[in-house]
Amino acid sequence: MSPFAILLTRDIRLAARSGGSAALALSFFALVATLVPLGVGADLKLLARVAGGILWVAAVLAALLSLDRLFQGDFEDGSLDLIALSPLPLELTALAKITAHWLSTGLPLTLLSPVLAVLFNLPGPATLILFFSLLIGTPAVSAVGAIGASLTLSLKRGGLILPLIILPLLAPAVIFGAGAVSLALDSLGAQNALGLLAAFSFAAVLLSPFAAAASVRLNLGG
Amino acid sequence: MISSLTAEKLACVRGDKRLFDGLNFRVTAGQALAVEGANGAGKTSLLRMIAGFLAPAAGRLIVKTAQVESDDGEERGKSIGWLGHLDGLKPQLTVMEQFNFFAHLHGKAADAALLEQVGLARQADLPCRYLSAGQRRRLALARLLASQRPLWLLDEPFAALDRSGQALVAQLMARHCGQGGIIIAATHDPLGLGNEILRLGNESLKL
Repeated sequence: MSPFAILLTRDIRLAARSGGSAALALSFFALVATLVPLGVGADLKLLARVAGGILWVAAVLAALLSLDRLFQGDFEDGSLDLIALSPLPLELTALAKITAHWLSTGLPLTLLSPVLAVLFNLPGPATLILFFSLLIGTPAVSAVGAIGASLTLSLKRGGLILPLIILPLLAPAVIFGAGAVSLALDSLGAQNALGLLAAFSFAAVLLSPFAAAASVRLNLGG
Repeated sequence: MISSLTAEKLACVRGDKRLFDGLNFRVTAGQALAVEGANGAGKTSLLRMIAGFLAPAAGRLIVKTAQVESDDGEERGKSIGWLGHLDGLKPQLTVMEQFNFFAHLHGKAADAALLEQVGLARQADLPCRYLSAGQRRRLALARLLASQRPLWLLDEPFAALDRSGQALVAQLMARHCGQGGIIIAATHDPLGLGNEILRLGNESLKL
């Protein structure tokens, strides 16, 4: 196995054994999706109309719950020093951690979304678009989150600052993702919105490892 | 293989404090250097500087191999075996998983005999959360050996170890130097290797 695959496997194993972060994210996502229909009431048209926006914001906030630990655990126990001295460049280290976060949080959230869409009376085609928009867009959440997690690495209570840094940066993902669901609801083509979301996600995954690695480097020196 | 590590007029500044300035030393293959000094004198900072984590405020570090001479921190990092004061172990992983992870990350085979050498063969399947501080240190030692790096940077190598553990560290260090490796250790205890000693001043100068 390559060093990248070795780090990825370890991080997924740690996420599975810790149990907390992925389960917490899924529970949060499910709770928000359950509570909103209770609060809005039985207006099925209104629920379907707001479903895309609510589920997208809930997914982003749920993913945020575990993002502050992306580098923090390895930084605090000294593992990050050892990983930084390994043959794996820090940029690929960041990419491995982004991938592990997406596989342990973003992907399960995406898989759960069609079930929760039922609570919002979202029709089948719009549910399919919601699913694909989350599938395409949640990697951007992990990638942009990695930048925030690396910037707040050496800060006490950095997890509180993290949402303030990354939520504004994730606005395009929420706009394109929720917009695609709205377009599908109106039986209009959602391809353009999904295309823009894919472009944003691709750019985030491509560029964020460099920003995160630079920030980790600074923190290791500090 | 590294033939020497040279520090030229090295300075370290943390915050508004100059920890050391104009530091010169040279360590050649087969030698060990003990870095001594009071708490806060800059021992760990010096090790982190050599590892390339921390940029010198002034001066430079030069690694010389048979082929080239380089002062590039990232390049130097590829030759470094690191034993920090944090053990870098995950409580959720077993001793063997932890050992395998770091060995494979360094592109080396995970030789179970190394675990036996540090006295952890019987704990191989035990999650790291059940290890004592000394056992955690022993696992970090096994990881250091598995990395097969020529330049060892050791931060308090004897910390948390019992007498047999300390004897093991001394034996491993002697063997490493005997094989042409270089050791730089921040320590309050004698290394017992007939090594040079670098004393860092304990007065932090205000800038």
